[in-house]
Amino acid sequence: MSVDPILALLSDRLLMATVGVYVLAIALLSAAYAAARSIPGARPADAAAPADTTARTALSHTPTVRTALSHTPSVRTGRSYSEGAGGEARSCSYSGGAGGGARSRSYSGGARSRPERLGRMGVALAALGVGLHAGSLVARGLATGRWPLGNMYEFTSAICLAAVVAWLVVLRRSPGLRPVGPFVLLPVVVLLFLAGTVLYAQAAPVQPALQSYWLVVHVTTICLSSGMLLVAGVASLLYLLRRSGLGAGLAERLPAADVLDRLAYRVTIVAFPIYTFAVMAGAIWAEAAWGRFWGWDPKETVAFVAWVVYAAYLHARATAGWRTGGAAWINVAGFAVIAFNLFFINMVVAGLHSYAGI
Amino acid sequence: MTTAPPSRPDSTTRRVENDNSRERKGQLAGGWGLARNTWRGLTSMRTALVLLFLLALAALPGALVPQRALNARLVDQYFGDYPRLAPVLDQLGFFDVFAAPWFAAIYLLLMVSLVGCVLPRIREHARGLRAAPVATPRNLGRLPHHAIATLDASVEEIADRVRARLSGWRQARRSEGPACTVSAEKGHLREVGNLVFHLSLIGLLIGLAVGKLVGYEGQVIVMAGGGQFCNTGILGYDSFRAGLRVDGTDLDPFCVRVDDFAADYLPTGQANAFRADIGYQTADDLDAGRVDRWRPYPLEVNSPLRLDGLRVYLLGHGYAPRFTVTFPDGEQRTGETQWRPVDPATLLSEGATKFERPGLVDDEQRRTSQLAVTGLLAPTSSGGKIVTSVFPELRNPEVAVDVLRGDLGLDDGRGQSIFSVDRGRVESGELVAAARVNLVPGAAVRLEDGTTVRFDGVRQWVSLQISHDPGQLTVLGFAVLALLGLAMSLSIRRRRFWVRLTPVDGPDGLCGPGGPDRQDRTVVEIGGLARTDQAGYGEEFDRLAGDLLGSELLDVRTNDER
Repeated sequence: MSVDPILALLSDRLLMATVGVYVLAIALLSAAYAAARSIPGARPADAAAPADTTARTALSHTPTVRTALSHTPSVRTGRSYSEGAGGEARSCSYSGGAGGGARSRSYSGGARSRPERLGRMGVALAALGVGLHAGSLVARGLATGRWPLGNMYEFTSAICLAAVVAWLVVLRRSPGLRPVGPFVLLPVVVLLFLAGTVLYAQAAPVQPALQSYWLVVHVTTICLSSGMLLVAGVASLLYLLRRSGLGAGLAERLPAADVLDRLAYRVTIVAFPIYTFAVMAGAIWAEAAWGRFWGWDPKETVAFVAWVVYAAYLHARATAGWRTGGAAWINVAGFAVIAFNLFFINMVVAGLHSYAGI
Repeated sequence: MTTAPPSRPDSTTRRVENDNSRERKGQLAGGWGLARNTWRGLTSMRTALVLLFLLALAALPGALVPQRALNARLVDQYFGDYPRLAPVLDQLGFFDVFAAPWFAAIYLLLMVSLVGCVLPRIREHARGLRAAPVATPRNLGRLPHHAIATLDASVEEIADRVRARLSGWRQARRSEGPACTVSAEKGHLREVGNLVFHLSLIGLLIGLAVGKLVGYEGQVIVMAGGGQFCNTGILGYDSFRAGLRVDGTDLDPFCVRVDDFAADYLPTGQANAFRADIGYQTADDLDAGRVDRWRPYPLEVNSPLRLDGLRVYLLGHGYAPRFTVTFPDGEQRTGETQWRPVDPATLLSEGATKFERPGLVDDEQRRTSQLAVTGLLAPTSSGGKIVTSVFPELRNPEVAVDVLRGDLGLDDGRGQSIFSVDRGRVESGELVAAARVNLVPGAAVRLEDGTTVRFDGVRQWVSLQISHDPGQLTVLGFAVLALLGLAMSLSIRRRRFWVRLTPVDGPDGLCGPGGPDRQDRTVVEIGGLARTDQAGYGEEFDRLAGDLLGSELLDVRTNDER
């Protein structure tokens, strides 16, 4: 089991390129965000039109088309349909958003506005970054001849990949969430930077306890769900920011508060069962490797705590008085516990999982 | 809960209030009322939420404070580091969080709350399954999803089309004067999944409890190259953790023999593979008296030996130096005791091999002429004057030892570590250093009284764990059920759909076949309501609207879903 140095080097270089591309993507998306803010008349009067920037900018060109299919009466009685008449972000269309995306695409045959072009470039760059990022992990796997999730450097990288992919998938379904992009990519870039500097580990085989197909099952699903939960956590944070009215200048172009809330919820309910599965797979693996399926090892304990916090989040969504703000705080706390488990427990507290550390 | 107001989806996981609670309130008195209110409070959603928080909070010290069950040495160290704080934490049970009464109280309350909430919901759900879908609201325009169109077809034709399109939905058709309505529901499996998930958690806890009651776990060190271990009693183990109902008299018998152990290392010193070739005899073999036949098994880190509900694991390995002591009268004694690794990277090991001088009749003389060879063992020595290990594999072993003579305290009735001598006895002069020397295999040192101590060589030992947990499969089964239930309850949407068909003209446009050659026109109004928290019904509704209303679509809209 020797390590191929050329592929290992390629993997490292690809990760550097990935960080560069993500940074560029952040720059472009932020520029789009700023440009959209500065164009007068580009947005309708209501502060929180449900439609996304795409639809909004297109709106002024072709107002007539929208009468046929619309999803946004801001008055609840919905007598008739009125175009964005005032009011806070009540109406929404995360669900309708997918349709909204399809529609907005049809408008964009002509010349696109500048923010729209910048935004699209940003998303395209992020997608390119995902390609490089995946390439980096694949190259590491080929270089070492094992599944490339054997140490903190590798799985931090994989979590970031999962987060960006999750955001891109969400974005495909509802393009209105493009302004969320920089806020997802920023922690990703920070994490990747940390991974490449502090956590970096030479490409090498793993020790006997990690040589199991359960590594593939357990660590991959943990990374996948953690990445998705990062997106959910960011969405809940933005939701709280949007709702609090703090940083209004920054937050005003974000999607409406309840669109963010729904994003957080929908991502969480996909990620939570995956996370549950990952913890169970870990337990099965622990039974084979350590002689017991659950032993309250620090890592297991904090994984349990995170699971309970997300269970509390789902319960809060169904409890009067907790549905909105409270639930969002719990979701943020949930991701905080996941991050704590990844970094603090691995690096500070010694336990059976420590060999995966640095 | 037959007609939920359309604007408020009912809670997805728990029922918050009982409908008929208010009317009986006046009759409640004294203890019964209190008990009732307590029960209601305990099973409420808010309480469940608080208990979940508490559970998360209570589990955290289990990760942040060292735990006795995991590493008693770290707990002792903690006592040393925080002499004031540690006893307080100890009193509060912080070093055994998961055995602490307060932790048990939280999860038991949570389970009671869960049962109290889930059982009524099962009944309610069973009733809901039998009931017909709720009647069509009068004003469909108020629903979150709504569309209307006028089609060139009779009420009956459209009703048939609706029925066909809504196959898979639970449907009910009703007449409203000249109009006809269809109510449909889908997604009852969501609640089924939810209930399955919560009940599975109880089953999982029971499986865990069974394991804690009748399971056991023991560790034992066995010499490679023929060492044997038989699971006959607790005394055979080096350490043993028994379940609450295990007294050690009824262990399942079996034997293992470790024939060989091989460790493979990368040039960096990182371990690449461990493998112990063992032979074993099952309970049946032993009963049948086949004690000379050993079934072979390659024991590796991720592949334990499983037999008759018992599992044998390869947990660790290390080295045992062999010393031969030749006393001045020619008597020889050979000692081989496992030394424990102190540096996991290079397997530098420490330990003490202890001897009693044979052939002495005087007790006092025998007690004070004991010998101990204690120090460090390097599997691959650096070769310098101070022995250090540079590689974990046994390539160039060397020991750096003190030979101590005197009273080791083997007879004073107290247990002592096999890895060290009692330092207090060195300080008190009961043990005196007879030599300090570095030895390679074959080399010997001669003490001043003529005794020689020879370092013969090194053998490997493996550390085995034997585990027995009959609750394990139950836990696995319920965990799988819980996961399925969870996935169902989060992915399935509970939703309702209504159609109202109103004939445009003619008094005979009853809900029935129209005239043979009339040109019928019907106003079709549809409405939809997602009864759960999740958005996403809009897309499905749009599809339904498109299929049913086609190009006649006048107005589809999605109101706020909440």
